[in-house]
Amino acid sequence: MSEVRDDRQYTQTHEWILDNGDGTYTMGVTDHAQALLGDMVFVEVPSVGDEASQEDEFCVVESVKAASGVYAPADLEVTEANEALDDEPELVNSSCYDDGWLVKFKADSIDGLMSAEDYEDTLD
Amino acid sequence: MKRTPLYQAHVDAQGKMVDFGGWEMPLNYGSQIEEHHQVRNDVGMFDVSHMTTVDFKGAEAKKFLQVLIANDVDKLKTEGKALYSCMLNETGGVVDDLIVYYLNDENYRMVINAGTTEKDIAWINTQAQNFDVVVEPKLDLAMIAVQGPNAREKVFAAMPGVEEVAGDLKPFNAANLGGLFIARTGYTGEDGFEIMLPEKSAEFTWKMLLEVGVKPCGLGARDTLRLEAGMSLYGSEMNDEISPLEAALTWTVDLNDEDRQFVGRKALEKLRDDGVKKTIVGLVLDSKGVIRDHQKVVTILGDGEVTSGTFSPTMGKAIALARVPMGTTGSCEIEMRNKLVSAKIVKPPFVRNGKVLV
Repeated sequence: MSEVRDDRQYTQTHEWILDNGDGTYTMGVTDHAQALLGDMVFVEVPSVGDEASQEDEFCVVESVKAASGVYAPADLEVTEANEALDDEPELVNSSCYDDGWLVKFKADSIDGLMSAEDYEDTLD
Repeated sequence: MKRTPLYQAHVDAQGKMVDFGGWEMPLNYGSQIEEHHQVRNDVGMFDVSHMTTVDFKGAEAKKFLQVLIANDVDKLKTEGKALYSCMLNETGGVVDDLIVYYLNDENYRMVINAGTTEKDIAWINTQAQNFDVVVEPKLDLAMIAVQGPNAREKVFAAMPGVEEVAGDLKPFNAANLGGLFIARTGYTGEDGFEIMLPEKSAEFTWKMLLEVGVKPCGLGARDTLRLEAGMSLYGSEMNDEISPLEAALTWTVDLNDEDRQFVGRKALEKLRDDGVKKTIVGLVLDSKGVIRDHQKVVTILGDGEVTSGTFSPTMGKAIALARVPMGTTGSCEIEMRNKLVSAKIVKPPFVRNGKVLV
């Protein structure tokens, strides 16, 4: 069974988004997604200060199986990128909700996110 | 879907079961990359029971195989000696690639691919009609491949009696022990054995190997290992429409005996005389990203295609086999995710016996 955490929200494309409460958000891929993709071998994250429009592909996670784009959930500006993933892309597998986060960004608001409960329902 | 006798053992070991050409097989048991390193650095085992063993018996077994396959079984003189070959159709395309073992002039054993088994058996039976040979598919055999630098030692520890018969086997040779057929062969670029055994002994043997510390490895690792070892995969590097000459497998075609008119020989000779236009090369990507099957390859001599692309765990970068115009050297570009990325052209293997060679 995939782990879903109820302290955060989810996208239909299997990313999680955590509201940090200071106008910034942290984003990563869900346990379901990492299990489906298999061992990560490369993670491409944007640079701090990069801006992305909603639905822009702004990260790429690449596993033994496939390359998968991560899309901006809103118009945003990147405030931090997880550089540890450069050397240890496997953090996305071993710790997708903690050390394997992808980016932090500033955004006014994010629409269309699912609660943990709703996301869990989509996995059945 | 079909299951091997080790299906339950895979499920018990948390194997991620997938449809592999109609067989329910383990892709990995957690991490495909860890399983890959396990084989390169120590020892791992694969259930390859989905592959098919076929015995050829009869006064004309040798004569028949000399016509059926492109390599010449006349090279095989000692009991248990193995030969890699392609089996061709009339147009020189590859029906399948296989290993054939010599037992005596009237008895040979062949191992063919799982996905092509039905096609192969039908083809072989058609070809065998005018020969005094009995074609006997052994569908009740399981097969376990134990691979890695410590594979032999672990097999001897787990399986009593095997060291006595297989301890002195040279690579590409096999020995019998009761119902066991033990071959020092593999598909990983590491030392090890492929062990054929009765279905009913498979689970016990698997458990004995687990007991001495042999880790189960899935088909994901099997593919990255064979690709690092530069070995062809049927359906990727060659198929019914591609000849061995266009798949860097010319070394497996024996044209020395001019009287040996094997199936596809005329087509190969014509292709050779007209000039072979394509071949398989290795590619290494120095930048980030993973090369994937069927990506377009752009070279100075024309376009090609990735036949097998993956991430090499041993090298930490993407590698591939690709079909390109004959004579292509140096570097090329691969179309990856709508971008052209530069890659180096190398001669496989990429990795053998734990060492990077390119």
